[in-house]
Amino acid sequence: MANVTLDYVGNLNRETLDSANDSAYAEGAVRGLSEAVVRRISGDKKEPPWMLEHRLKSLKVFLEKPMPGWGPDLSKLNLDEIIYYARPGEIKPSHNWEDVPADIKRTFEKLGIPEAERKYLAGAGAQYESENVYHRLKEKWGEKGVIFEDMDTALQKYPDLVKQYFMRCVPMHDHKFAALHGAVWSGGTFIYIPEGVNVDQPLQAYFRMNAQSMGQFEHTLIIVENGAQGSYIEGCSAPKYESPSIHAGLVEVFVKEGARFRYSSVENWSRNTYNLNTKRALVDRNGVMEWVGGNMGSGATMLYPCSILRGEGARADHLGIAFANKDQIQDTGAKVIHAAPNTSSKVVMKSISKNGGKSVYRGLLRILKGAKGSKAQVRCDALLLDDHSISDTIPDIRIEENDISIAHEATVGKISEEQLFYAMSRGLSEDEAIAMIVNGFIEPIVKAMPLEYAVEMNRLIELEMEEAGAIG
Amino acid sequence: MFKITNLQAGIEEKQILQGLSLEILPGEVHVIMGPNGSGKSTLANCIMGHPGYQVTGGSIQLDGEEVNELKADKRAQRGLFLAFQYPKEIPGVGVNNFLKSAVASVRKARGEKELSHIEFRKLLREQMKAFGLESSFMTRSMNDGFSGGEKKKMEILQMALLNPKIAVLDETDSGLDVDALKIVAEGVEKLRSPQRGMLLITHYQRILHYIKPTYVHVMIDGKIVKSGGPELGEKLEQEGYDWIKKEADAEAVPMNA
Repeated sequence: MANVTLDYVGNLNRETLDSANDSAYAEGAVRGLSEAVVRRISGDKKEPPWMLEHRLKSLKVFLEKPMPGWGPDLSKLNLDEIIYYARPGEIKPSHNWEDVPADIKRTFEKLGIPEAERKYLAGAGAQYESENVYHRLKEKWGEKGVIFEDMDTALQKYPDLVKQYFMRCVPMHDHKFAALHGAVWSGGTFIYIPEGVNVDQPLQAYFRMNAQSMGQFEHTLIIVENGAQGSYIEGCSAPKYESPSIHAGLVEVFVKEGARFRYSSVENWSRNTYNLNTKRALVDRNGVMEWVGGNMGSGATMLYPCSILRGEGARADHLGIAFANKDQIQDTGAKVIHAAPNTSSKVVMKSISKNGGKSVYRGLLRILKGAKGSKAQVRCDALLLDDHSISDTIPDIRIEENDISIAHEATVGKISEEQLFYAMSRGLSEDEAIAMIVNGFIEPIVKAMPLEYAVEMNRLIELEMEEAGAIG
Repeated sequence: MFKITNLQAGIEEKQILQGLSLEILPGEVHVIMGPNGSGKSTLANCIMGHPGYQVTGGSIQLDGEEVNELKADKRAQRGLFLAFQYPKEIPGVGVNNFLKSAVASVRKARGEKELSHIEFRKLLREQMKAFGLESSFMTRSMNDGFSGGEKKKMEILQMALLNPKIAVLDETDSGLDVDALKIVAEGVEKLRSPQRGMLLITHYQRILHYIKPTYVHVMIDGKIVKSGGPELGEKLEQEGYDWIKKEADAEAVPMNA
């Protein structure tokens, strides 16, 4: 099993890294899932009995549920080969900075990742400077009652609060991988913003990278009380050195009355990962939830952030980019359920397929009986960079109410010869022209991202564009 | 010097240019006029290297270098410029960003000093003002949502920024109201220089009210059939193309016989 890779650089160094580090990586950790593993996780973390009970129930549900009968082919995903949990120290990257190949170092440089961080990401750094950033954020907002903790710590320090919300938004019965998550979750982020508090600075998941957990079943629980505001940036924006072969994280966001929250993430798992992530928000009266996401990595992704608009006047915005390169399937989209009157939603998704990659927009839009006056707008645009790449749009629209308005628009396009000629006639090379047109295509999404993410997103797209040469 | 010799070209199987020759010296302004379907736009596209057109014979030379095999970007870097009849929209790509990359690329290829961000901004601001574009256009997407006139002004602005040796304007005057036409024509006059040759391709004569060309050529069926001075343009305005067609036909008969 290949576990150690660095992403972004395609196949350049993957094999070297895979073979060189596999044994060191897996040493001491147990593969496969059993009740014993689940008990071990809970025991190690000294969890309250209800959590162990929840885990065991989830395990039962997981074993009973069938694999999804739709979407990307998961038949090569061997669930018995996965390391579901490892104690700290059982997984240790054995790299020295000196051992990291030169072109991977260059990739870090291109991404503009600071030296110390690069070393950490390469598994060779002892100290990750951004930890200090996290502590400053935590202290500053802590005075106002904001809680910003890693999930394991939150369960110890605020057990009642966690119990009240944990997997109440996405229950274990939701689907097979939600159940798996319920059984083996580890690490993640807990955010609580008290009533009326406006956290006007994005909370970032820097510290999560410091955790020894493998990060593949992390749980993110966010509670935004009445009239409160905040935003969170999930970072797997940098290359993951140790790559899990499955990522089944879970994000739950509770947006209370008149509250507002924005969740941004760039997911860039290594190519041998199945990214089966679940993200969902429950939005109360006049609340606003915004999802901003980019999916570049993984061999196969199934990710459909969901907003359940259950209070009158609630609103959701979904913005997403997916980039499917060689051998990748990006099956992504959005789910919006209008369950109350005068709710509104807007979904804008952009996908790019290249070198035979496949991107699918899969969207669910439901307007329930009684959700009068609701408005929904979906727009998905696909850009194909060559003739053997694929894009597909699978919208599922179920409307049970008359007094509503919906708009659904989907386009599939190629970079037109005319556009390319125009740009080249101004002196831009073909590669520059294509990169520029692609950046223009995703610009509406990138614009909505926090600045440092937008910059990074553009760089990531450039790297994807460079990989395996240009088109045409 | 820019020299087209016996150029034959077309799209797919259809030959459109039937052996066209033309020479433009620095400082000259040439106008090519002709009825619809005479091959005017094909000529413009072939000069700039549109990949959809195949050149099957003849040559296009700039300062003695054959450019026929060069891609459009290389031609631009060498000093050719085409103002498009239908400028393309590039959504999401800011005017400032696009023009900065274009200018940087061309300057680099010509061995000119790279402009700093501030220098470029200053240059862009000046030129936009000179060609009647408000500075708010800087932050808009390239041609996206522009009116016909704004697009044409943007073409002239690009010509100014890229400082070509030979500028071809493909029906830049079509679809413009009188005010926009004036601004475009003034722009062309401003960019007229002893170092630069220009080729205006047009269907209408009205731009000649604002621009005084060195030569006027009439193109019919993929060839230049008549050349003359500005007075030829005036004659065409009054009498149309029919008399030239007749002349051309009369000449063509013995040649083919």
